[in-house]
Amino acid sequence: MATLTMTGAKPVPSTMQIAIKEAFLTAFLVFMLSFLMIGFETQAQQGQPLSYVTRFAAIVWGIILVPLGRILIVFNRHGRPMPALIGGGFAFLYLFGGAVIAILFDVLVIPFNDYFGEAAGAAGIPLPFADPIVDAIFGLGALYIVILGIQTMRHTAHGELTLAQREAKEARTALRAKQISMVLGPALLVTALVLPFTPWSDRVLVETMTLILTYVMLGWGLNIVVGLAGLLDLGYVAFYAVGAYSYAKLATEFGLDFWASLPLAGAFAAFFGVVLGFPVLRLRGDYLAIVTLGFGEMIRITLINWQAFTGGPNGITGIPRMTFFGVPFDRTPEEGTQAFHTLFGLEYSTMHRILFLYYVILGLALITNFFTIRLRKLPIGRAWEALREDETACRALGINPTNTKLTAFALGAMMAGFAGSFFAVRQAFISPESFVFLESAVILAIVVLGGMGSQVGVALAAVLLIGLPEVMRELSLYRMLAFGAVMVLIMLWRPRGLLAHREPTILLRRGGGKAKPRKAGATA
Amino acid sequence: MEYFTQQLINGLTLGSIYGLIAIGYTMVYGIIGMINFAHGDVYMIGAFQAMIVFLICGALGLTWVPLQLALMLIMAVIFTAAYGWSVERLAYRPLRGSPRLAPLISAIGMSIVLSNYVQLAQGPRPKPIPPVIRGGFQIMESDAGFVVQLGYLQIVIILLTVALMAIFAYLIAKTPLGRAQRACEQDMKMASLLGVNVDRTISLTFVMGAALAAVAGMMVTLYWGVNEFAMGFVAGIKAFTAAVLGGIGSLPGAMLGGILIGLIEAMWSAYFSTEYKDVAAFGILVLVLIFRPTGLLGRPEVEKV
Repeated sequence: MATLTMTGAKPVPSTMQIAIKEAFLTAFLVFMLSFLMIGFETQAQQGQPLSYVTRFAAIVWGIILVPLGRILIVFNRHGRPMPALIGGGFAFLYLFGGAVIAILFDVLVIPFNDYFGEAAGAAGIPLPFADPIVDAIFGLGALYIVILGIQTMRHTAHGELTLAQREAKEARTALRAKQISMVLGPALLVTALVLPFTPWSDRVLVETMTLILTYVMLGWGLNIVVGLAGLLDLGYVAFYAVGAYSYAKLATEFGLDFWASLPLAGAFAAFFGVVLGFPVLRLRGDYLAIVTLGFGEMIRITLINWQAFTGGPNGITGIPRMTFFGVPFDRTPEEGTQAFHTLFGLEYSTMHRILFLYYVILGLALITNFFTIRLRKLPIGRAWEALREDETACRALGINPTNTKLTAFALGAMMAGFAGSFFAVRQAFISPESFVFLESAVILAIVVLGGMGSQVGVALAAVLLIGLPEVMRELSLYRMLAFGAVMVLIMLWRPRGLLAHREPTILLRRGGGKAKPRKAGATA
Repeated sequence: MEYFTQQLINGLTLGSIYGLIAIGYTMVYGIIGMINFAHGDVYMIGAFQAMIVFLICGALGLTWVPLQLALMLIMAVIFTAAYGWSVERLAYRPLRGSPRLAPLISAIGMSIVLSNYVQLAQGPRPKPIPPVIRGGFQIMESDAGFVVQLGYLQIVIILLTVALMAIFAYLIAKTPLGRAQRACEQDMKMASLLGVNVDRTISLTFVMGAALAAVAGMMVTLYWGVNEFAMGFVAGIKAFTAAVLGGIGSLPGAMLGGILIGLIEAMWSAYFSTEYKDVAAFGILVLVLIFRPTGLLGRPEVEKV
């Protein structure tokens, strides 16, 4: 990482020397990473001992291409971006373009298969890797090098800013994030409201949007716990599960409809929040994280094994569908009753229920949002934020940390409970499969990626993290890989989250005016 | 009594494996204060690499078991250490000094990336291998005819763990690297002012953690005989639970926690129910944290205002 500022007896190595040294190190690392895991593909066939096939060609290409990229980066870092621009640009066009052509060729000409196997050869383009998606990934790597080169050209490369410059830059991005949120928030809302009525909306789109909004609501609910109160909850999905199972049981056993069970499900989830939270909320930071994770797993394991009550791994089926405040969406209503379409004199359409579900979750999410924004202005909200910043000081000021945290925990849990019953009514089927740790991780990622405490950021992150994999369904096998990679990359790019801005919650308006309460120190 | 002894042996074996993974968590947590969620997946990669080395040995005709074991151990450790290093370099080092949650999310993302990478590279099916070490001692036999078995493999696992613990204790206590690590743990900024290469020390911590995870992965490959791309998560969670139970940041604590978790699991499965063994492990963790929030061997955190 050292720049050329070495002094003393050692001669300064030339850029070429550094580049070659780094290239060898990179080649060695690529070899280490790929030799066993990529070079040998184990194959398990029924009734036969485990065997393997070798894939050394891929390793050789990796060992050639990655160090070349490294050389370009080194040259770029030493103020010579041209190789990065030309070499990276060429590699990007060839690899990515070739891969796209190969995939298109594969999809259009050869019957579709999951692996796009041997498509490259079929399209007549000699690509290094048999799987065009791997070629495309390398192409994107080349694109990254080109972007680095452009940044150097514009003298905005990272790493060589002084502390003051970096702070100024952070302030600028924070301001920009704030401006973007101001525009993006209403824009997203309007889009969400009218999208189902635009001509290009169809069933798939509305269902995807419903899914995204469920996560937006969960994200906003978890934001109360993580963003406002600063409690790291890794088992949030447990409360989602409680809400879902509450509705399922209430509806199937007691015949309650969705609107009657919604408050009950929220109350149950909040009750669980209090019961689980009470003993552990005096724990700090990561201890709390691991305990909540443990609770999440405990509830999931209980759901799997308590056959009599939860139906075990098979879950609960035949959960009553959503009704329009008691009026069903059936095609043929029972004798003497109304269905939605007869009530409003419409033609029957399956879209009615889907659209209604969509607006219900939109409404629930907006209520959560409004609730959170209002809570922040109440004494309890202030107490949460104060507690997040400094627990000891809060104690000294007479805030009861346990009760305050418990409120946040219970309210967050309640929101998850609402979202859970919505999930149950939408799916009409629930099983423990839906409440694994990955879900908690995704919800937490939505909160953090969006920028903690930023409501618009949460919505944006949910669109990215949930919508993107849905769009990428075609690349089924690479979907989750991309999902994880996006999580890492967004964090590397914006460690504070996409739309993080630090704005003080309270300002002293009169008097000195300098007494700006700082919210920035949340890093401890 | 005989039944109990058998469960004790099984629990100790399982606990050794958890303990080795837990050390990776506890060292990383001690030094940079983050939960390295990808560690469970590094362990999974270790297990896969050990399995692949075993297959290569078979293909090359190396059938002498000690040689096979040595090769599996060495190769898995070296190649998995590369993964530990890369994960830190790519996903955590750029985030040093960021808000506390950023590396956590990055780690969760990395964990998803690694497990899906293995799914793509090695296929989603579980991979069985035949047992390498068979047989064992029969320690005692009850009147009812219940035989207590101490497998050779179990002896190998426990001895290897003890040996590694001894090497590690030496490494941390006596070598310059260990000193640098302890210095970084106490105060990273001060350590760097005094000439400790902090980045290098942290990298080596990840390398060491990954190496131990690889050993655990090799052991589990031999012990259960089945590897699968999703195996890292549960083992990782339990190992982290073990680290917290023992007092996070403390190496003997991690080992103790691992063994306790292993014993709780074995005993609970034996006397109560297999289904709820994980609930028992987490339940004990909650109880310990409520009554002793810093874990069993952890130092109490003194908070200065």
